[in-house]
Amino acid sequence: MDYIFDNERPIYIQLVELIRTGIVSGKFQKGQKLPSVRELALAMKVNPNTMQKALAELENEKLIYTERTNGKYVTEDERLIEKVKKELAGEKVNSYLNSMNDIGISYEEAIKYLQELGGKNGIS
Amino acid sequence: MELVKCNNLCKEFDNKKVLNNINLSIPKGKIIGLLGKNGMGKTTLIKLINDLLTPTSGEVLINGEKPSVNSKKIISYLPERTYLDKEMKVYQILTLFEDFYENFNKEKAINLLKDLDLDINSRVNKMSKGMQEKLQLILVMSRDAELYILDEPLGGVDPATRDYILDTILSNFKEGASVIISTHLISDIERILDEVIFIDKGNIVLTSSADELREKENASIDEIFRRCFKC
Repeated sequence: MDYIFDNERPIYIQLVELIRTGIVSGKFQKGQKLPSVRELALAMKVNPNTMQKALAELENEKLIYTERTNGKYVTEDERLIEKVKKELAGEKVNSYLNSMNDIGISYEEAIKYLQELGGKNGIS
Repeated sequence: MELVKCNNLCKEFDNKKVLNNINLSIPKGKIIGLLGKNGMGKTTLIKLINDLLTPTSGEVLINGEKPSVNSKKIISYLPERTYLDKEMKVYQILTLFEDFYENFNKEKAINLLKDLDLDINSRVNKMSKGMQEKLQLILVMSRDAELYILDEPLGGVDPATRDYILDTILSNFKEGASVIISTHLISDIERILDEVIFIDKGNIVLTSSADELREKENASIDEIFRRCFKC
């Protein structure tokens, strides 16, 4: 897993975003056991302490939980995963609408553009 | 207890102050960037921690004790310049390290060298400069140390080698050990740092968690450093 970090933002926040995206997209399945902090850190080429901080944040959000002595697992709570997915989708939609607005395209037009120009070919 | 503690540490050369009243704590289990421009005192501080220089005043404590044979056992040091005998072959150097350091893990070194396709029968002076730097780093990281001190480990190597060096550092320091990396090449290294120490004209001007600093200033450590020390 090679990911280029943006040095201008805290690395742990970027790790939270990556793992969160992994969970809502199903790359990390619900209830799945996560690799150890050290393994994850090495895979992402980051400092284990930074990874630990990111996992603590995700644990706060209840997206992962720790089973004592057994390691960390992705939540089983599908409703929570759906909720987070919807929040993320909301952010993406807003960012789309805002960039369309920047080039002078209204909300209604933006939706038309999405259907007309988007389509499946838009997904790369 | 802190791994390293500097109390009012001063160093002068010919009455010229090179380090000015340094107070510093290095905790266990962290990767710390010692960041400063050339000639600001990074290497002097490192040499004091390694007991290669004596303080003019103040003290350095390693695990609460003055530097000694005991502290040299637990500190693995990569100096700025290589000290390897270039006439030697790699396997001879491995044997030398094995004799010299109780905590040198020869098998680990051999495996790391294998990853690089480096033949242990080659002579050091027949290897490229980048390869020699990698060899030196492998030797240092193959010690089971409590503190690794790497003085400018990235100097003069290409970006691919830099990545290799960072990965080697990350995957080889054992849990609970700390790493001090001195460099002025901040952007290459900042993603692996827990803490940063800015040193300027012999003074510690800032110590912070790397992520907290980014969060506070909305900028990379490299950018913050440049702002701080604009010429």
